[in-house]
Amino acid sequence: MPGNFDVHYVAHLARIALTPAEEEKFGAQLSHVLGYIEKLNQLDVSGIEPTAHAVPMVNVARADEVTPSLTNEEALRNAPAKANGLFLVPKIVE
Amino acid sequence: MTAPLKLSQQTVSQLAGRLCRREVSAREVLVGCLEQIQRVDGRIHAFISYDAADAMAQAEAADKALAAGVTHREKPLLGIPVGIKDVIAVRDQPLNCGSKILGQFISPYSATVIEKLKAAGAVVFGRLNMDEFAMGSSTENSAFGVTRNPWDLTRTPGGSSGGSAAAVAAGECIASLGSDTGGSIRQPAALCGCIGFKPTYGRVSRYGLTAFASSLDQIGPFAREVRDVATVLGVISGHDPRDSTSVPVPVPDYGAALQNPIKGLKLGLPKEYMIGGLNAEVSAAVQAAVKQFEKLGAEMVEVSLPHTDYAVAVYYIVATAEASANLARFDGIRYGARVDGVDPTDLYCKTRGAGFGAEVKRRIILGAYVLSSGYHDAYYLRAQKVRTLIRRDFLEAFEKVDAIITPTSPTAAFKIGEKTDNPLQMYLSDIFTISCNLAGICGLSLPCGFTASPKLPIGLQLLGKPFGEETILQLAHAYEQSTAWHKELPPETTG
Repeated sequence: MPGNFDVHYVAHLARIALTPAEEEKFGAQLSHVLGYIEKLNQLDVSGIEPTAHAVPMVNVARADEVTPSLTNEEALRNAPAKANGLFLVPKIVE
Repeated sequence: MTAPLKLSQQTVSQLAGRLCRREVSAREVLVGCLEQIQRVDGRIHAFISYDAADAMAQAEAADKALAAGVTHREKPLLGIPVGIKDVIAVRDQPLNCGSKILGQFISPYSATVIEKLKAAGAVVFGRLNMDEFAMGSSTENSAFGVTRNPWDLTRTPGGSSGGSAAAVAAGECIASLGSDTGGSIRQPAALCGCIGFKPTYGRVSRYGLTAFASSLDQIGPFAREVRDVATVLGVISGHDPRDSTSVPVPVPDYGAALQNPIKGLKLGLPKEYMIGGLNAEVSAAVQAAVKQFEKLGAEMVEVSLPHTDYAVAVYYIVATAEASANLARFDGIRYGARVDGVDPTDLYCKTRGAGFGAEVKRRIILGAYVLSSGYHDAYYLRAQKVRTLIRRDFLEAFEKVDAIITPTSPTAAFKIGEKTDNPLQMYLSDIFTISCNLAGICGLSLPCGFTASPKLPIGLQLLGKPFGEETILQLAHAYEQSTAWHKELPPETTG
């Protein structure tokens, strides 16, 4: 499938703006990597369960108790734009 | 006669003894580290930054505790300076992950491992350089400049925890923490000639570690002696309710495990690892180490890990897929640098386009692709199934042996710039370390020799069963104590 790899389209899916030079370079490099990855098709994986996680643990939850957490001020400390205790973002709805 | 070791070149166990006997103060040990940084870090650049005043306050607190009679039995790292990879949060200190995108970020809280180090009396200091978001094998992908190998300044220290390895090798701190997703602790330890340990997945809490690939990431220690690695690992290990992937099993006394004899332990030598592409001097050093283990009473058994050849391909699907999800949080909204746009999508694209470096962009794009509609089953699901086969290979091998012995890296340190234009070639340099993370087992690298010219360290990798850290430390300690490789000092750091 490397031939179909549309770096411009996928970069937009990932919300990354690329320059034309980056598109050309990354497109070629990633096609090369995808070509290498094709070797997985040599294996028969029918009947094999996928591994998402090496340690089989499910539904891990801690006690539902209130514990100290960041204050509003601490949570906003690194915000690029803030006002009235809130993050400022560009207008979403007209 | 060799010159006596500087304070900053001594081990945790040596310094603990001297601090306890009041031959030196924690303040003097820290000053020794800061002086060594002054002397060598202009060339090596292991540190992105450090807060000397904050470190000094911690050292003075350690001296007060020592004066009040607190011992290293109670606080095993009392007064010991430990450097931190720039991917682990330390409250009120910068956190950049080697990236521009975090801007002037200051951590609002500390990682669990940092709280544990401080509770054990350590002087936690410095932001150690790394490949951006831990993506790389050479520390060249840092927005803060490259780190250079203390054995040869024209070569890389490996990566992604290159700063953590170089700082320990160069005697700029006594121990350090790094993180390992596909070899990022073991490979730089090998290339810099120190010891690095990636614990079993779930052994150490990752609360406060910036996530790269959540099913693979693990924090671990670097030091110049196996005993020190055991001490730091003992301090940082254990279940943490704040990390749902940390496993609630007891933490053994790793220091005590070092004394156990290795006679009769079975070591597996996987035939798939002695392959073409393996440098002849590395191969010879590993085979000499095998002989040394036999001399010490270990028994060698040939094992097979038949899916080794697929590990790099699986890794670059699984790790990039997870990274594409994890790094979605760097969107310019809640923290970090922001580049304004006409609408939110434009803002995200511009912020991420300007903030991420080339390798991070490549991996996020690859990860988004292998997860995208129509390709998920062909790439991601298939890779997860091959991951099952790789894990099964190891679990079957561990039915026959107590540990597996391999080279850590196919070559010694490579030149700066040598692999930067060929990402696939860079990825293949991780061929011996990647399977360990996919299988969720533990692995350690320690020095086992040097190349002739130039003189560069060679690393030996010991892979252990899930939660089999004690056996690995025991083997590494026995080997280390019967050889002198770990005592060699890099030329850049003496004098």
